[in-house]
Amino acid sequence: MKILVCITHVPDTTSKIQFTENNTQFDKNGVQFIIGPYDDYALARAVELKEQLGASLTVMNVGESDSDPTLRKALAIGADDAIRVNAFPKDSLFVANQIAHIAKSNGYELILMGRESIDFNGGMVHGMVGELLGMPSISPVMKLEVEGDTVKMSREIEGGKEYVEAKLPLIAGCQEPIAEWKIPNMRGIMSARTKPFSVVEPVVEEGNSRVISYELPPAKAGVKLVDKDNVEELVRLLKNEAKVL
Amino acid sequence: MSILVYIEQSEGAIKKSSLEALSFAKAFSEKIGGGEVVAVALGDIADDELTKTGTAGASKVLHVKDSRLTSGIIQAHAEAVAQVFNKIGAKTLVLAKSSLGDAVAARLSIKLNAGLVSNVVELPDTSSGFKVKRSIYTGKAFAQTEMTSENKILAVKKNAVPLKTDGATAAVETLELNLDDHNFSTKIISTDKATGEILLPEADIVVSGGRGMKGPENWNLIEDLAKELGAATGCSKPVSDIGWRPHHEHVGQTGVKVAPSLYLAVGISGAIQHLAGVNSSKCIVVINKDPEAPFFKAADYGIVGDAFEVLPKLTSAIKAIK
Repeated sequence: MKILVCITHVPDTTSKIQFTENNTQFDKNGVQFIIGPYDDYALARAVELKEQLGASLTVMNVGESDSDPTLRKALAIGADDAIRVNAFPKDSLFVANQIAHIAKSNGYELILMGRESIDFNGGMVHGMVGELLGMPSISPVMKLEVEGDTVKMSREIEGGKEYVEAKLPLIAGCQEPIAEWKIPNMRGIMSARTKPFSVVEPVVEEGNSRVISYELPPAKAGVKLVDKDNVEELVRLLKNEAKVL
Repeated sequence: MSILVYIEQSEGAIKKSSLEALSFAKAFSEKIGGGEVVAVALGDIADDELTKTGTAGASKVLHVKDSRLTSGIIQAHAEAVAQVFNKIGAKTLVLAKSSLGDAVAARLSIKLNAGLVSNVVELPDTSSGFKVKRSIYTGKAFAQTEMTSENKILAVKKNAVPLKTDGATAAVETLELNLDDHNFSTKIISTDKATGEILLPEADIVVSGGRGMKGPENWNLIEDLAKELGAATGCSKPVSDIGWRPHHEHVGQTGVKVAPSLYLAVGISGAIQHLAGVNSSKCIVVINKDPEAPFFKAADYGIVGDAFEVLPKLTSAIKAIK
């Protein structure tokens, strides 16, 4: 079986988010970039499936050359080869078209990615790729087992989960607890240096949305502390001042 | 021109998040000076439930009665909504951001050749072009986004507009669609869902506990307070990781993102990943015995004290004002 995992190259979850150029550019200064946490779950599950099923595992990213170390890390974690589509990821539609093109050319049967990226939080790319390729798209997936050509999954819904079955080929947007994150070991890191890594040019596609400007939420005024022996005061403040009760 | 709103149901009842999406669509149609708000509902659901969409702003509900659509099969829902969208000649689709809504919207954007913006936090600005403000970086920032396609899909975040409750009754019309079997190739085998509880992503008040609660046996203190407040219960990531509480209660960066009016955090230190899940809350109250807990910096109100002392007192104080 051929598995494709799509990863995002995103700011670490502890990053301070700031903008430059009159709030039109993300400020990368001092920010560490990582494999998107949800994508990391997808990758970890794919590595397990690769071992279990004897599958091949390709990892891809749509991004510029600063994504390369992130893809190398995915190789160190266990992917067999990496593909980077050399383009700034303009919007979800643009990224989905690139993934669909790669997937169609190479005939992947199982395509995994995170439920959403942690920068734009759209959570749309898997569904778009599914529709472009005419495959089922299931998200957010918390458990995924492959039995022959059937994939058994649990999908999170508000207040619980549902158990879903679909046939390969399919696409899943993943989240915890689908697998434990894997930390690359020294052998993985060494072998990642020599694994196939291709950089391909994007297929021509326009996006259909564009960010004009960014803004930060207004700063909090500061906490108002209430004495622990006077909880009635807290209730009064919540009712009369914050007006939330 | 009509604005179509995709309605989700849970056990035969329209989800509150869908009523919020209707309120958003109605407010938007008023802002741009016209446009009928039409709801589309799928599968088995009672007529008197459907007429309720009127109070939130719908003038009409199109009901596709096909029983195969009662459960949320993503491909089938996307195909059904696309057919309805084209049938009524809508240009804009509004839906609530949710587990099913996100998945359906993404497929619809391809079917309808529509731009899609998710996590919309306020009404679009149509003064020049079509601009939408959305939440990004897990609530840590916003992006003004311009949509350039003729068809548009907006997935609305909770609390983007107030819930409308004063609308009229909506007329229900049934609609027959031709849905090919291949849209139903995904099978939903069973559902495992907390019943009778207030759903965390939809709750107006959330009470969450962290490791400071010391063990699952102490959660009655959280539940008692939540019950008194009519709140949903949540927890921090470590608490769901060690299995004290189920994963669907995990609030944070990689768990549920909530946007209630009031978020009460008890015994949670306030790691940046937890804050990412709650930073859209209107008012945050932190109860923690450690005055240095970073959560206090993100809070509106705080009590430095032992949860085991404070919680019962707070529950009684809430009871007293009722």
